[in-house]
Amino acid sequence: MSRHEITVTVNGEEHGGSVEGRTLLVHFLRENLSLTGTHIGCDTTSCGACTVILGGRAVKSCTVFAVQADGGTVETIEGLAQGAELHPLQEGFWEKHGLQCGYCTPGMIMSAKDFLSRHPDPTEDEIRQGISGNLCRCTGYNKIVEAIQYAAEKMRQEAPAEEEVTA
Amino acid sequence: MIPGEFDYHAPTSLGEALGLLAELGDDAKVLAGGQSLIPAMRFRLAAPTSLVDINRIEGLSYIREEGDYLVIGALARESALEESEIVSERYPLLADTARVIADPLVRNLATVGGNIAHADPANDHPATMLAYDARVVAQGPGGQRVIAIDDFFVDLFENALDAHELLTEIRIPKPGAGEGGAYVKFERKVGDYAIGAVAVQLRLAGDSIAAVRIGLTNVSPVPMRAKKAEAELLGKPLSGDSLEAAGRAAAAECDPSPDLRGPEDYKRDVIRSLVKRAVAGAAARARGEAFEGGHA
Repeated sequence: MSRHEITVTVNGEEHGGSVEGRTLLVHFLRENLSLTGTHIGCDTTSCGACTVILGGRAVKSCTVFAVQADGGTVETIEGLAQGAELHPLQEGFWEKHGLQCGYCTPGMIMSAKDFLSRHPDPTEDEIRQGISGNLCRCTGYNKIVEAIQYAAEKMRQEAPAEEEVTA
Repeated sequence: MIPGEFDYHAPTSLGEALGLLAELGDDAKVLAGGQSLIPAMRFRLAAPTSLVDINRIEGLSYIREEGDYLVIGALARESALEESEIVSERYPLLADTARVIADPLVRNLATVGGNIAHADPANDHPATMLAYDARVVAQGPGGQRVIAIDDFFVDLFENALDAHELLTEIRIPKPGAGEGGAYVKFERKVGDYAIGAVAVQLRLAGDSIAAVRIGLTNVSPVPMRAKKAEAELLGKPLSGDSLEAAGRAAAAECDPSPDLRGPEDYKRDVIRSLVKRAVAGAAARARGEAFEGGHA
């Protein structure tokens, strides 16, 4: 059995830890770092509740070993809000009632964040394709799609303003 | 569910990876995207004592045209295929396939090389690569060899690589004039394996089919070509009758197992229908007409 000392930048902060080769990324996040916003749903690479952004891409953290993230960057749901200010996606899910039980929500939001970074002005169909790796058993998805549309619009409005500031 | 214990190795060069495979032998598995291997290990269907993680080897993620081939490195992700302009413009069969594999989260990690090396007849790329007449490049301690795709799939989950070899590249012949291809997949839900799927690459000469290869997904223990269906089409003009004959031939020559996705007869009829659609779609594309492949 191999043990590994790893360093992972999670939500902008460097974390170290000692893990077995077989420790899954989701367990490292939840148990070593106490970041329990990332949920374990199906445990079989099906549901997407454990979605995080690893190296700029949304992945199922139950299907990556923690040691694979050594030296890399991870974003989780805990990294989205800036203090009391919600991320546009979190605001969208609030405003459009994009959740009922909330179990799928962190994964759904992380998936949507990765998707919107590549598709800032998506069609409804593209959104549905984009979140097709995330299961929701409550909402029927319509409210989730509306929440992502809300966020996409808000993020498009915010984006040019940021460019002006940096210009 | 937690996998069994194993030793983890993360080589940073091809040479180092080959050295590890030579040293560790049959008990080592190669970890690329991990999207089939890690679930299998969690279910304890696979229990390798060592993993050789090739993700830290630089320079294996390319997708580019080189000489007579589109060459795809062992670490090219499915999402990179989806986003590749070369693939979407010139390799519609491959583009169709990449879009319907698993789901977007899985495609962000899953590799084309792994999809083939896993030699699972339920995976989508085996049929596509059979239709393309692709080559698999294997690197071993004694150097490199090129394996024709027709010789690559040996048995269920068994490929032609030996334990000390690593799949490093896939080569797809550049399509010539008059060629077209399509993949049509019928599945219960996003992320599921196909009930059945059909990959076709063909060349038209006038109205006649001058060359055609057909691969079938998830209807045989080993990824297979529908050679009798190909024979029904070859040298003939495309017609309703020839499509139906090809569909019936494929339905007869495949070997599906009854399971939760349906009984044997049903799957054969799915294949009959999908062969007709995929051949017609590939021919439409060969004529420069639009066809929507992917999900049936």
